[in-house]
Order: sequence, then structure tokens, then C-alpha cells
Amino acid sequence: MAGLLLSRLLQAALVMIAVTAVAFAMFRFVGDPVRAMAREDSTPQERAELAQALGLDQPVPVQYARFVGRVVRGDFGISYRNQRPVTTLIAERLPATLELVFAATILALGLGIPLGVMCAIRPDGAAVRLVQSVSLIGISTPTFVTGIALILLFAVTLRWLPSFGRGDIVDLGFWTTGYLTGSGLRSLVLPSITLALYQLTLIMRLVRSEMIDALSSDYVRFARARGLPKSRIHYVLALRNALMPVITVTGLQIGSLVAFAIVTETVFQWPGMGLLFIQAVSFVDIPVMAAYLMFVGALFVVLNTAVDLVYAIVDPRLRKAKA
Amino acid sequence: MKLGRDIDLPVSVALAAAVAVALVLAAAFAPLLSPFDPTDIATYNLADSELPPRWTLDGDPRFLLGTDNQGRDLYSAILYGARVSIGIGAASVLTAALFGISLGLVAGYFGGAVDAAIMRVGDVIMSFPTILLALLVAGLARGLIPQASSIAWTPVILIAAIAIHEWVQYARTVRAATMVETAKDYVKAARVIGLPPTRIMLRHILPNVMGPVLVIATINLAAAVLTEATLSFLGVGMPPTYPSLGTLIRIGNEFVFSGIWWIATFPALALIVLVLAVNVVGDWLRDRFNPKLRGRG
Repeated sequence: MAGLLLSRLLQAALVMIAVTAVAFAMFRFVGDPVRAMAREDSTPQERAELAQALGLDQPVPVQYARFVGRVVRGDFGISYRNQRPVTTLIAERLPATLELVFAATILALGLGIPLGVMCAIRPDGAAVRLVQSVSLIGISTPTFVTGIALILLFAVTLRWLPSFGRGDIVDLGFWTTGYLTGSGLRSLVLPSITLALYQLTLIMRLVRSEMIDALSSDYVRFARARGLPKSRIHYVLALRNALMPVITVTGLQIGSLVAFAIVTETVFQWPGMGLLFIQAVSFVDIPVMAAYLMFVGALFVVLNTAVDLVYAIVDPRLRKAKA
Repeated sequence: MKLGRDIDLPVSVALAAAVAVALVLAAAFAPLLSPFDPTDIATYNLADSELPPRWTLDGDPRFLLGTDNQGRDLYSAILYGARVSIGIGAASVLTAALFGISLGLVAGYFGGAVDAAIMRVGDVIMSFPTILLALLVAGLARGLIPQASSIAWTPVILIAAIAIHEWVQYARTVRAATMVETAKDYVKAARVIGLPPTRIMLRHILPNVMGPVLVIATINLAAAVLTEATLSFLGVGMPPTYPSLGTLIRIGNEFVFSGIWWIATFPALALIVLVLAVNVVGDWLRDRFNPKLRGRG
């Protein structure tokens, strides 16, 4: 167990070193940080002083070590574009993205699990065939097209729901939330549906294949032979076993949802981190790009490591095989 | 539908394959099929801008699907746009396959530290979603190469941005298959007679590991076209002067609110039909080549 823990943590550390190295290389070698930060009319001497203040006259390994030191303390530098600390920018945008991702995950699970179960129980039913064809169209439709279609229908034509922004938000000091106001909740509907659809197909397919496996297992056959009611066999015995991988995948997918929210946020002008990142990409605002990369990298590493460790604790077979 | 002895091709798959081939041909012969040349600014006329499709009340008989905000014929722009989308998608699949197969062969054949190094790099790359990595590459390229926004560079950057994530899948598959093949007698025999490793890898192992690669390539083509469309939609892809389908949707998106629905709708439909057709064929290929599913029918 200790060996597994150590190797997982080591692997996580290696990935984070690689990610910070890439972020550092972006910061140091893409464009000229001095030119990006100095005033237009600065003298050569001022620029030399700025370079010294940034530590650019030091050897590269020393610069990298200092960079990591600043990152660990939560200092990601100053945005080139709007001259504010990147940490503040991200802290302002983080609640919007996380609330969107949370709502999308709940939606995807709430629809995906029942649909997947239905597909597994009645594989030849008309409704199931319809769901499966629609899901194939779903994975072939890019997120931004879904978003535009929803805007066209519900915002432009029917005028039921707002198509951009977060609506009224409540500032709790450390967190801004749209969950507490009517307009905030209404603004959340279209973006969260758009983002959820990306995950819905995945969850549905996974539940379906896990359910089919569970339904053909010996314990379900035995339960049938005992004459247990169908609903109990399907929803209590089979579903409970089918849900384990679903929980894992949903957990792991939170990282990609945060990254994938870039597209949804652009379509709906949702003021989250994704919109911040896409603006940074078009202005080559390196500190923001680097910080976003490290944030998503850290999120992935933490989620992956946590899932691996939880599995090792829950499943005794893994503990023996790996350690 | 029966093809040969044991290939049972469902009608839906045959239909999808036909649609995919038709779209690729239409894109390839776009200059012959389109009434206007959308890359030639001289053919635009601002007086014709934002005209609805031909069959609507205000439609103009010259423009089948209407015009965009610059007075460009949308039908021609879609044909040329599909050409750009498919071209970039196919090129990125080829690039990713080339790198992935080479690295997978090397990793599987030599094993040890080389293998570990290649696969760990792959692991780190795979832990990021395609779109994020592609955006990073596109953004960095703008910082590194001053002419990055020029029309000659954009497709190259897009291809690299998509391929940097996709090669890992090929490398993983080829590596696993190569390890199996390397242990077989014919490879041992080739080694004994003193053939150089490159020759063994390319002439002896490669033909035996290509099957799954073709399946991955088909599925990836759909994914690559979608990624390119997404990048162009986000504004880091093809410019409006030389649009892909994603760029056209981006242009159309700005007009959706004013009720001008056709600029976004038709390119989006073309994109969905193209990707759907390729996905149906890819899914079928994957199920056929997957021994676990073959028995279930």
C-alpha cells in the first residue's frame, strides 16, 4: 500500500514538473517578457532594470526554480493584457466555471444513467433505438453548434431564456454565485445543457455497457432463478454494480469539462476561466495561458491520483497486485 | 447487403460511406461545382450581402443557399470550406499516424528506457484534452512565429495543433501490437539473419500492425475535422478570407441574433453530416475489428 501510494505520488509529481516546465518555457522563451511588460517609451536602462527585477539575468535553472517557487506561493505574474495579477483574474472567474461544470455534471448524470439503463434493459425497444440514433448525431455535432441551435430556438425565436452572461449574481465575498437568483438560474440553463450533452452520451454508453455486463453475470441469473422481482434485480442489484465505473469516469471527466467549458463559455459569453483563456490565446497573454495550463494540469493530476488511490483502498485485488 | 464472403455491410453503414465519399468528392472538385470563387474577393458584392436562400421570399436566384455578410455565395463558400476542413483533418490524421506509428514501432521493438520515455510523454499529453492542447499550440505559435497569422502558416499550425494530441493513440496501439509481433518466430528469424532494425520494423512488423491503425485513423478523421472546426470557431483557426466550415459558423454566429439564420445553419449542417457519416463508418469498422464484440453480433 505504501509502495503504491509512493509511486502514484511520484508519477503525479513528474507530471506537474513537466507541466510547470512547459509553462516556464512559455513564459521565458515565447515573445520577450521585458518588451511585453515595459512601457512603450522606456529607455534601454529601464528595460535592463526590469529584466534584472524579473531575474532574467540569472541562469535558466535558477529562473525555473524561482518560477516554481512563485507558483507554489500562488503568484502567477501580471497579465500582459490588463495589467492585473493573474491569480486575481482566475479567482474572479473560477466560480462561474465551476458552477457551470457542476450544473452540467448533475444534468448529465440525471439523464445519462436512466437512459443508459433503459438501453440495456430493452435493447430492441423503439425508444431505445431512437435514443441511440440521437446519441450518434449528438457525438457528431460540435458543442458550439448545439449551443448556437439552442440560442436560436430558446433565446431568439421563443425568447424564453437569456443567451449570454450569468444574469444577476450574489457576491459572497470569496465566491460569486448565480444559484441564488432567478435570472442567474435562468442564465445557467442553456450553457449547462450544452456542456452536459458532451458528457451525456459518454455516461449513457458507459452505463449501458456496464449494465449489459452486470445483467449477464451469475449473481443476476441466480437472482432471476430465485424469482426476485425484475425492478429489484435491475435497479438494486445490477445498477449498483454498474455505477462504480460511472462514478470514476464522472470524476475524471470534471477536468475535461473545465477545459471543454472554453467552447461553451465562448458561445454564451459566460464570464468564466475558459473565456479568460481564449482571450489570452488571441492576445498571446502568456502569464494567463501559463497559469490556466498549470491549473488544469493540477486539476487532472489531483483527480487522477485521487481516483487511483480510492480504488486501491476500495478494491483489495489492486492493493496486492500492484504493491 | 453482402460484400464478399463474410462482410455483412448494414444498409446504414453503406449509406453513410456513400455520403462521406460524395462529400469528399464534392469538396475535392469544389472549383468545378461552385458557381462563384469564394477566395476571389473581386466576386463579392456588398449589395448582395445577407441575402436569404433562393427558395425564401427575398431569395435571389443566383445564390442557392443565400449569401454571407460580405455578399459571398454561401453554397460556394461551403464547398470550399469543406475542402479546407477535410484537407486539414486528413493532413493532421496523416501527420499523427506517421509520428505515432514510428514512435510506437520504436517503443515496442526496443523497449526499455526508449519505450518508457516515449510512453511517459504520451501519458502527460493524454492527460490534457485535445482542445486545450490545440489552443495552447495555436496560441504559442502566434508568439513564436511572427508570420503565424499568415494564410500560409495557419493550416500548418492547425495540423500540428491537432496532431500533437492524436499521435499518442497510434503509438499506444502500434507499441502493443509490435511487442506481440517482436516475440514471434519470423521476427526472431529476421534478426538472426542480421537484418537492420529499421528494415525489420518497416518491412516485417509494420504490415502486421496496420489493421487497427486504419480503424483509429477513420475515427480520428471525424474527431480531427471537429477539432479544426472548433478552433476556427474560437477564432484561432482559418481566417474569414479563406474559411473552413468552422470559420463560416463563426461568421454566422454573429448574425444569429438578428434573425439571419442561414449563414450559421448551412455550414453547420454540412459539418454534422460529414462527421456523422465518417463516425458511422468508423464505429462499424471498430466493432468489426474488435474481437471482444465480434462474437456478440
